[in-house]
Amino acid sequence: MAVETGQSVVRAADAESIRGRGHRPGKNPGRLRRTFATHWYAWAMVAPVVTVIGVIVGYPLVRGMYLSTTNANEANVERHIGVNDIPATYESVGLDNYQAILSDGVFWDRLTWTVVWTVSCVALSFALGLALATMLNRKLAGRTFYRMALILPWAVPAFVSVFTWRLLFNEKKGLLNKLLAGGGIDAIPWLNDPTWAKISVITVNVWLGVPFMLVAMLGGLQSIPGELYEAAEMDGANAWQRFRHITLPGLRTVASTVILISGIWTFNMFPVIFLLTRGGPGDATEILVTYAYRLSFVVSPRDFAGSAAWGVLILALLSIIAVAYRRALRKQGEVW
Amino acid sequence: MRRGIAATGLIAALAMTAAACGGDDEGSGGSKGGKLSGTVTFWDTSNDAEKGAYEKIAKGFEKLHPDVKVNYVNVPFGEANAKFKNAAGGNSGAPDVMRTEVAWTQDFASLGYLAPLDDTVALDKADDYLPQAAASTKFKGKTYAAPQTIDTLALFYNKKMLKASGVDVPKSFDEVKSAAKKIKSKSGKTGLYLRGDDPYYYLPYLYGEGGDLLDTKSKKVTVDDPEGAKAFSVMKDLVDSKAAVTDASDGYNNQLNAFKDGDVAMALDGPWSIEGALQGKQFKGDKGNLGVAPAPAGSKRQGAPQGGWNLAAYAGSGNLDAAYEFIKYMSSAKVQQQTTEQLSLLPTRTSVYDVKSVKDNQMVQFFKPAVAKSVQRPWIPEANALFEPIRLQLEKVLSGKSSPEKGAEGIGDAYRKLLKDYK
Repeated sequence: MAVETGQSVVRAADAESIRGRGHRPGKNPGRLRRTFATHWYAWAMVAPVVTVIGVIVGYPLVRGMYLSTTNANEANVERHIGVNDIPATYESVGLDNYQAILSDGVFWDRLTWTVVWTVSCVALSFALGLALATMLNRKLAGRTFYRMALILPWAVPAFVSVFTWRLLFNEKKGLLNKLLAGGGIDAIPWLNDPTWAKISVITVNVWLGVPFMLVAMLGGLQSIPGELYEAAEMDGANAWQRFRHITLPGLRTVASTVILISGIWTFNMFPVIFLLTRGGPGDATEILVTYAYRLSFVVSPRDFAGSAAWGVLILALLSIIAVAYRRALRKQGEVW
Repeated sequence: MRRGIAATGLIAALAMTAAACGGDDEGSGGSKGGKLSGTVTFWDTSNDAEKGAYEKIAKGFEKLHPDVKVNYVNVPFGEANAKFKNAAGGNSGAPDVMRTEVAWTQDFASLGYLAPLDDTVALDKADDYLPQAAASTKFKGKTYAAPQTIDTLALFYNKKMLKASGVDVPKSFDEVKSAAKKIKSKSGKTGLYLRGDDPYYYLPYLYGEGGDLLDTKSKKVTVDDPEGAKAFSVMKDLVDSKAAVTDASDGYNNQLNAFKDGDVAMALDGPWSIEGALQGKQFKGDKGNLGVAPAPAGSKRQGAPQGGWNLAAYAGSGNLDAAYEFIKYMSSAKVQQQTTEQLSLLPTRTSVYDVKSVKDNQMVQFFKPAVAKSVQRPWIPEANALFEPIRLQLEKVLSGKSSPEKGAEGIGDAYRKLLKDYK
């Protein structure tokens, strides 16, 4: 009861002050204080979440950034293992890690491939998803069945599908090469040749990504009013014109969001590459995140500082891409 | 599921940034009045064909110490190193006893993950160990593990296939090449399976040309000497001349399948694959068809790397007394005899070689002299890290993107980066 009374009083007071804003600026309390007074209940409600996020996201993030400016590795960080107490002996090295990474060809090679990988995966899965969604948006026999079948890759755990693909891709015993052999075509070294391995990982990722695009596009398509199509038809627009001038603009909001999200996911798509090729053959399919993983979990002693620096660079790249993308959309008049 | 992937990614990212943060201790038990109790978690790295036998043997410890529960966990070889480091460095979830590859032992010990075993019950009758096997357990004057099994690479061959093609067992890689030609023309099958995905299999070629990875005495990188490049060109020649087939991924399974199904006549492999090979259609019910010979020689000498497995106790174990006792049991003469009888793995104790069933084991008869002549690897903390640069170059050389000389150079450069005080 007391809470409610207090709230309504504050609300009334706030309403008063908002109404009076501009007329009597001197009498207003501080902006921050006012929002707090108005929304203290909301703040109290989100406080646990903010705290938890601060602890599980904020702290590691800040610590990772700090580590990226040191020479910390597995051998010089602090450890207490049973009777062994090993003090931390790493020290700050400023921006040396970043300098080393950016002046090394490995980073640029990995970045180029990561960009190729992201762009081709997103473009292909978007195109396929849109095509399938357009087809499924019409009334046809067995539509539910097709929708279910197409959503299947999404329903299977990623590692299961990736391992299945790996069996299919096996050069000597895999089903794909058996099929090719039946057609009289030589076996393709799917995962053993750098170019084929790249094609293979993209294929699998597109296969995994299409259902997401499909569902999102289907939702977008269904939100386009049917009257628009009817009107266009009356005006004599053909199918392509209707698609070009009604469907595509109508899908734009959904599509732009989906492409951004999918782009970020693909950029950081660890499981597909790691489980399918482990970044191989050699390092041909290694993207930025799998390389950062390698630094921090595979090489010995584990290079925490270097891996953290890679992580910060990946974060920075993604932030830049996201901001640039939003700007570009806004320029086209998109409210986002 | 998409969300699942995103969550996995998030967790991985967090783990990456938080990798240096600590955790809690776990485990309890110990000895109460001399009697052992509690749980011993044992991470075993044996392969699919071997793990059943190992689990039974490990559980046998419970009969000797009824109050101790053995928690047997099989961790695939490929993941074991990373998994142990995650758990040990993060102070949570590490086992009490770990089966470590010989080259991991110094790495783990140098990071403080292992408990020294000197003057504990774990090192029982230490004089009995083969000196070679014992060498791989030492780091800076202390002993960090008990040798469990020792091995080396050898040439596995299909007796019937060689006979049908009228070739003798090859003694050198040159002979492998000419034998493969005959096998191809007679049966259409390939001569050799060459592991192109695993750097360990580069070593017989390197040693064969008289080279080595490092000279630890004079602190010098020797892999980019001419011998290193020569080793690469021998491998590339075998693949290019179609004497051998290779893969850049899944090599272990592909090799074993190709060999046991009779798609290839020969393969370089170790005792850990004997059990798996015998289950294949070429050898099932016809054990005698499996032949094993010394790894082929290069132009200078015959040399295969010394490998094997040690048993180490995690320094943070809450039940070290039981862990020591478990190591003593698992490396005891009796258990080593059992693993030889069941899996044809090689004992590390000289006394076990006198037991009749071990002496009569064909595989032991073959592998014992091979192990005695095998080349010791550098027992330094970075030993395991020496493989990754070879893996990268091996792929480049075999696919023709890099010349053998460039490949060897690339490994040498990576080593000098890794080992700061090496020339």
